Parts: sequence; C-alpha cells; structure tokens
Amino acid sequence: MTTVSERRETEFEDNDQKPVGFGRMLRKEDARLLRGRGRFVDDVQLPGMLHLAILRSPFAHASIVSIDTSAAEASPGVKAVVTGETLKGLGLAWMPTLSNDVQAVLATDKVRFQGQEVAFVVAEDRYQARDALELIDVEYDVLEPVIDVRKALEPDAPVIRTDLDGKTNNHVFDWETGDEEETNRVFAEADVIVKEDIVYPRVHPAPMETCGSVADFDPVEGKLRLWSTTQAPHAHRTLYAIVAGLPEHKIQVIAPDIGGGFGNKVPIYPGYVHSIVGSIVTGKPVKWMEDRSENLISTGFARDYIMRAEIAATRAGKILAIRTNVLADHGAFNGTAAPVKYPAGFFGVFTGSYDLKAAHCKMTAVYTNKAPGGVAYACSFRITEAVYLVERIVDALSYELRMDPAELRLKNFIQPEQFPYTTKTGWVYDSGDYEPTMRLAMEMAGYEDLRKEQALKRAKGELMGIGIAFFTEAVGAGPRKNMDILGLGMADGCELRVHPTGKAVVRLSVKTQGQGHETTFAQIIAEELGIPPADIDVVHGDTDNTPFGLGTYGSRSTPVSGAAAALVARKVRDKAKLIASAMLEVSVADLDWVKGVFQVKGDPGKSVTIQDIAMRAHGAGDLPDGMEGGLEAQICYNPSNLTYPHGAYICVVDIDPGTAEVKVRRFIAVDDCGTRINPMIIEGQVHGGLTDGVGMALMEMISFDEDGNCLGASLMDYLIPTALEVPDWETGFTVTPSPHHPIGAKGIGESATVGSPPAIVNAVVDALKPFGVRHADMPLTPSRVWDAMRGQATPPI
Amino acid sequence: MQVTVTVNGVEYTKEIEGRLLLVHFLRDVLGLTGTHWGCDTSNCGTCVVWMDGEPVKSCTVLAAMAGGREVRTVEGLANGAELDPIQEGFRQCHGLQCGFCTPGMLMTCRHLLDKNPDPTEGEIREAISGQICRCTGYSSIVRSVRWAAVHEAASK
Repeated sequence: MTTVSERRETEFEDNDQKPVGFGRMLRKEDARLLRGRGRFVDDVQLPGMLHLAILRSPFAHASIVSIDTSAAEASPGVKAVVTGETLKGLGLAWMPTLSNDVQAVLATDKVRFQGQEVAFVVAEDRYQARDALELIDVEYDVLEPVIDVRKALEPDAPVIRTDLDGKTNNHVFDWETGDEEETNRVFAEADVIVKEDIVYPRVHPAPMETCGSVADFDPVEGKLRLWSTTQAPHAHRTLYAIVAGLPEHKIQVIAPDIGGGFGNKVPIYPGYVHSIVGSIVTGKPVKWMEDRSENLISTGFARDYIMRAEIAATRAGKILAIRTNVLADHGAFNGTAAPVKYPAGFFGVFTGSYDLKAAHCKMTAVYTNKAPGGVAYACSFRITEAVYLVERIVDALSYELRMDPAELRLKNFIQPEQFPYTTKTGWVYDSGDYEPTMRLAMEMAGYEDLRKEQALKRAKGELMGIGIAFFTEAVGAGPRKNMDILGLGMADGCELRVHPTGKAVVRLSVKTQGQGHETTFAQIIAEELGIPPADIDVVHGDTDNTPFGLGTYGSRSTPVSGAAAALVARKVRDKAKLIASAMLEVSVADLDWVKGVFQVKGDPGKSVTIQDIAMRAHGAGDLPDGMEGGLEAQICYNPSNLTYPHGAYICVVDIDPGTAEVKVRRFIAVDDCGTRINPMIIEGQVHGGLTDGVGMALMEMISFDEDGNCLGASLMDYLIPTALEVPDWETGFTVTPSPHHPIGAKGIGESATVGSPPAIVNAVVDALKPFGVRHADMPLTPSRVWDAMRGQATPPI
Repeated sequence: MQVTVTVNGVEYTKEIEGRLLLVHFLRDVLGLTGTHWGCDTSNCGTCVVWMDGEPVKSCTVLAAMAGGREVRTVEGLANGAELDPIQEGFRQCHGLQCGFCTPGMLMTCRHLLDKNPDPTEGEIREAISGQICRCTGYSSIVRSVRWAAVHEAASK
C-alpha cells in the first residue's frame, strides 16, 4: 500500500497527449457535450413522431369509478387516448418490477399513490398532448391512505395491495442477518450500550435530465426500436420482451447520452411502456418525456429507512456488537432494484469498518401509498443506510464514552492483516488498510488544531462542529452464483476488435451517465494493449451492438466491466503474441511485452508493434497453424467477489446560533479505491457525491401530508445544493488494490454519497453538544436544527 | 403567429403558437438541441441562453417575446473548430460529466467573464447560483472559469 496526498498544483497539468494507460486524461466525451452536440433522448426527432403525455392521480388512494376520454379524443391533434381498461384487454395493465412484485402500467382497479399513471394521450405535439389531459374526466372514490409507515401494519390499516391474491395487510417482507442469540449475549455482558432511533428520510436522485423514451415500432419488420434513459439497456430489453411479448432479437434498446442517472434510471417506468404501446397503436414513433414534477413524484425514490440502532462496548472503548431493527417504507409497489436474493440490498454491511464480536439485523418492509423505489441515488444497494447507521451510532458511543470520535474509530478498525475479512453478517471484505487513510484525512484537516479552535469558539458561545465518517463500501455486484436481477446473472460482457491499421473498438455492456466510461475504458484497453486511448472507440448503450450485461449502477462498472475490459485485452494480447512469434521467427518464450511492442529477449531492436501485428492478422501472409484471421476477442466476466473501497471523511460546520443555519466550511475526503484509472475523473465523482451528501444532510426530503399529498414534488420545495451551499472540496487518496480484480481497481462512484451524510450530521451534532444533543435526523434545515437546539428534535415524516 | 428571431447570427422566420416557450422553439422548431430543459419551475438553469446579450432561462420566455431579438446559444460559442476559452476551460478542468447542465453553465459563465474578466471564486459561485449541476459538485466549474479567465488575460 502506498500513501500519497493529492496535490492541487497538478490540477492543470495536461496529460492528454499521454500515449497509453492510466493517469489524468481529458475526456473524449467533452468535445460533443461542450458544443451542444450531445444526443439525449429528447433530442431524438424521427419522421412523423408523435408526443405522449400522462394523466396522473391527484389522490394517494382511491378507487377508479369511471374514466371518460371522449372529449380528449376529440381534442385537436390527438391520435390516441389509452386507459388501464384498454391495456387490460392487451394483457399489459401490469408489469413485473425488479423485485418480483408487479406494478400497474396504468391503474385499473384503483390508484395507490399520488402521481400514479391513470391514462395517456398521444398527440401531434407535446402541447396538444398536455391540453388533452385536461379533458379526461376521471371519477374517483377516495379511500383512506396509509402514509405513516409506523402505522402501516396496524390491524385496521387499509389494505393497499388488494390486487394480490389473499393479501390482507401491507407487509412486503421480513429479512434478517447475523446471529441474534450471540448478539444478545454480547450485549448482556457489555459495559456500555447506546441506543438511538435514526431515520434516513425519503429523498430523490433527481438527475438533471428526467426520464423519457422514444418508441418506434416498425410493423413491417416487426421490430421495436426504443431510445430511452436507461442505465441497464440489456436488462430492460429482456423485461420488455417479457412484458410486451416481442422476441428479444426484435427489440433494440438504445440508451444515448444520459443526463445523469444516479440510480433513477435503473427501473422500468410505466412511461416507457406507454410509449411502446403508443407506437404500436398509432404506427408512428412516439416520444415520452416527463417533466421535473413527474420525475420527483412518481419515479424511484431513495432511502426511507426507519432504524433503531444499538451498539455495545467496553468502558475502554472496544466496540463489541451492533444490533438494529429496521422498518422499510417501499411505497405502493415493491420496485426496489436489487439482486433478487437481497431484498434489503447490501444493508448487511452495517458492521462497517470495525472488528466486532457479533451483529444482528431484523427488518420489516411495508407498503404505503407512495411512489415505488428505495434503491437509488448512489446507494450501492442500501449501503448509504448501512454506513449512516454505523457511523451515527459509533459517534453516539464516542459521546457517551467522552472519547474523541477519531480515536474510537482508530481503536476498532479491522487490521490490514485480517483481510480478506469475513464480517459477522457474512461479507468478505477483499482488502483494506484503514489507519493510514484515517491519518491522512486528519493530517489534511489539521484535526488537532480544529479541535483547539472548536474549544476556543465554544468558550465564546460560537457553534462549530467537526464530524468524522469512516466507511467501507461494497460494490461490483456480483458473483452470479448468488446475485441476479430477475434471473439474469450479474456478469458483464466486453468485446474488443482491433482493426487492420491498429485502431480499436471496445463494446461494453455497461452504460455511462456521465462517469466518463468512453475515456476510462479506452485507458484500460490502452494500458493492457499499448494502443493510444485516442485510437480506441468505446461503444455502449445499444443492445444490438454491445454484448449482454447488466448495466451501470452500484458502482459496478469498474469492478465488473472494467475487469472484463482488461481480460479481453489480455486475450487479444495472447493471440498477438503468437502472431509476433511467427513474424519474428522466435518462440513465444523468447518475447518480452513492452507496452504495445513485442520484442525479442536480449535483442530489443527485433520487435513488432501491436499495429504491425494487427495488419498481419488481417493481411496477407501465413498465420500460425490453425489460427483464424483477425484480431478480436470477447469475454463475459463473472466476478468472484465484490470490491470494498473505503474512505475517511472529515467535515467542519459552523452554525449560526441566531438562525440555526448550518454552513459547511470545509470537507476533507480521502478515498481508497485501489488502482486509480483516471484520477481526474475519480475526483469529479467524489465532488459530485459529496454535494449529494450536503443535499441529503441539510436540504433534501420528499415528505407527505396526512392525505398523501407529496410535498417535495418540484424544485421549489425539493432543494438541491447550488454552488453557494457547498465548499471547495479537499480530496486525497490512498491505494489499497483489490487482490481479486485483474487491475486491482475497486469501484468509487458512490463512495462519497455513502460516506458524506454521516460526516455532516456528525459535525452538526458535534456543534450542538453544548445543548446536550446526541442525535438529530436529516435534513438538518434551519428549522429542524433550531428545534434540536431547544431539545425538541423530531423525526421527519 | 409569425415570429422572426436571430439565433447565433442566423435569422429565422417561423409560424408559431403564442404560448410556445423559447426553449421548445430552439429545440423542437430550430433543432438546436444543445439547450436543455431540466425543470418546470425555473430553478435549474439548464435552458440558459442569451437574449440581446443577457442570460435568460429560455423555459421562462415565450418564443414570441424573442421576436426581433438576438439569441445566442451554446451552438454559437465555438469559432469553427476552435473552442471558446470557457469551453476549453471546462474541458481542461473537468467542469462537466453528464453534460446536461453544461450548455446553460457555459452561457452564464461566458457572460460573467465578459462583464468581469477576473472573477473571484465567490463571484463565480454567485453567478452560477441560479443553475443546478448534479454531477460536478461545482468546484471544477469554478476552476474551469478561472482557467478561462487566466488564459484570456494571457492572450490579450
């Protein structure tokens, strides 16, 4: 392991001309995006294209008595008006979710959340489609909604899912991990037990580009082309085949440029299916593009875990065990995007970075009259919740023990020699060296001086807080023996072709939404094959032209697809070596590989480049016996384990005692994601995630009133940080490679979103210590902090 | 109704409805799809263009109101193959990821540098505070603008 602090001076260093491999490289994507020449779904214009708009439920829970579409059908430009009854006739009124539940494509019997899809209109332009929505007359019989998740399982609670056979309550699933008996035994013998009720409120990923699609069904070919905002184009194609009954080879899903995904664009939404139905019904291409309010009110939310956390320790600060009880709000349909055998995602990593004697979690998930979702917003399948839980409760313990929170963490870290380390909930951490990462963050922050400054400020009545979070992530789902989505194993394909002149094209099954894959995957191939990244095109997002795989989410691109890219390049290199040996008339054992060149051992003047070899592979002249022409390979990579990046975050906040406004003054983030492919891109990923953290910790929340009205359904109320709410980020890194990954690289994209909220909340709670505050729930808006300062902190609803 | 608008130096005369928003006029009628539409409450700023030299949120302007005016969009920033310094700054300092907020950000930042060639970090943050970016966390955007300021000053 090496420890290097990142230097700001290198910021402007231009390594763009670097011929090969890892390091800072400017992005290939930028040329088009800077000129307004990106191609996003709403930029797609096809001849004769129509526009679709969706009528949504104004109520959270109501029976549909009748729908009159006659006036809408007569409205100018309208080509079709479709209701749930129409879809029922086609067998399309319901569709499977990623959690093996079903979701209404259009409501038939009743509506189950405000904003649910009730009917849609297809018209000549988007304005006419919206006009016609106003003319659809729906008669509802309003039912009592279930909004407070804590009351959803009460015996007299209204049953939401009357569509499910024999369903008499709102229970979705129970889930458990760890050893309950052993955990209770350790708790019984502990000196100190600290307990907190911790809420991770419902938030929303809110990518700047909303969800949308253009469906073009060609009745002559019998082929459906669908441009859509999807992070998982291949998985979507398979699901459409199941839903629509079209064969997979007659469905082409094209994910063009995507204006941010953040997990919002993993599920299949009714709107996508509507555009497909609209195109089949009208015989024309049909575009659906939701607006911001629709995105916030109806697409996949994130979090919404109500957690009771308990930690047991010795008086000297040795953490012994953690136990937790979770109530999970899944909304009206269980649409959680997670591997099938993991209904609570990877929440099992709630034991964090610490060496415990025991751990146990018991979880119950319930239906409420809210939009479906849960797994989104860079959560790595619920690790945001797991890390928030452990880092909050460890901080509460440090408060109880009157011990510095950094010292308490350092005392309990899993040690480097313990890796691979099996946690008490069965997760096998691949590698880690936590203390140097923590020490580097403390050094960058000037931790001791910050504590002195804080003491001086406290003496003057000023509110300053220092928050720490140390996290272990689990990313790169995953081994196909136990991870699949709807029966599709979570492996990823990669195809590499080297053209005769030595230029190359690499085709990925994953799909970037801004994370820079077109640049970094070219760098991986370059590193392995010695072809300059500028000579390598990265193709992704088109299911007709890329190998099958499960897409980009859970920070899985580098761990899974990145591994596939390295291995496919090695496969090409192996063949190139055989050709080189024939060209140089020496045995394979006599060849050395020096980035892009095979040379004869002891005689480096005798050599052939990968470009020479590519021409020979495609050209005239003999190839070794039995060898096919061409220079290409494909692979499907099945990871043996996840990768477990880690990080140490320190946040400094100042709170105005007069207004209770929290200002994040500094934020130091040290991340370790193993081998770093492109430090510039990693830094950008971290900056974005830290901003998510400020949003969640201080501003963002999707809440509901007692009637089930969504109170966060526009950017007027759902507050996202601007440049004024965030500081200039300070980042650093250590390097602890993943031993099982071909290039030692771990995922990183979601680390900062996972790690930053607890650091910020810990800082705010630290600042509020003079008021005796031990916990306060997000979002820590001025009014909520004001209440906490007066001992009236309330959980968010 | 008929409207004549000059966009990036080219005059367009089109038959439009009075209610058509400028953002949709640019995108759907003229096919200039660099300008984006990210919200419905005038908060996000992905639709920022210039009208008579001033940045406006084109989702909050009727196309009819642009009649007789000069509009400049992201497509009008580069000089042929040569990027405007602000575009080059965003590239050099990794001021964009998904690229969705970028056209609006570029138009605002270009305007800032025209009015204030040497802005401080605080002035840059203030200038872009009407715009949301979900990817970058803003630090790299601030640096991109500084890069452009430094390089423009050096080339004068």
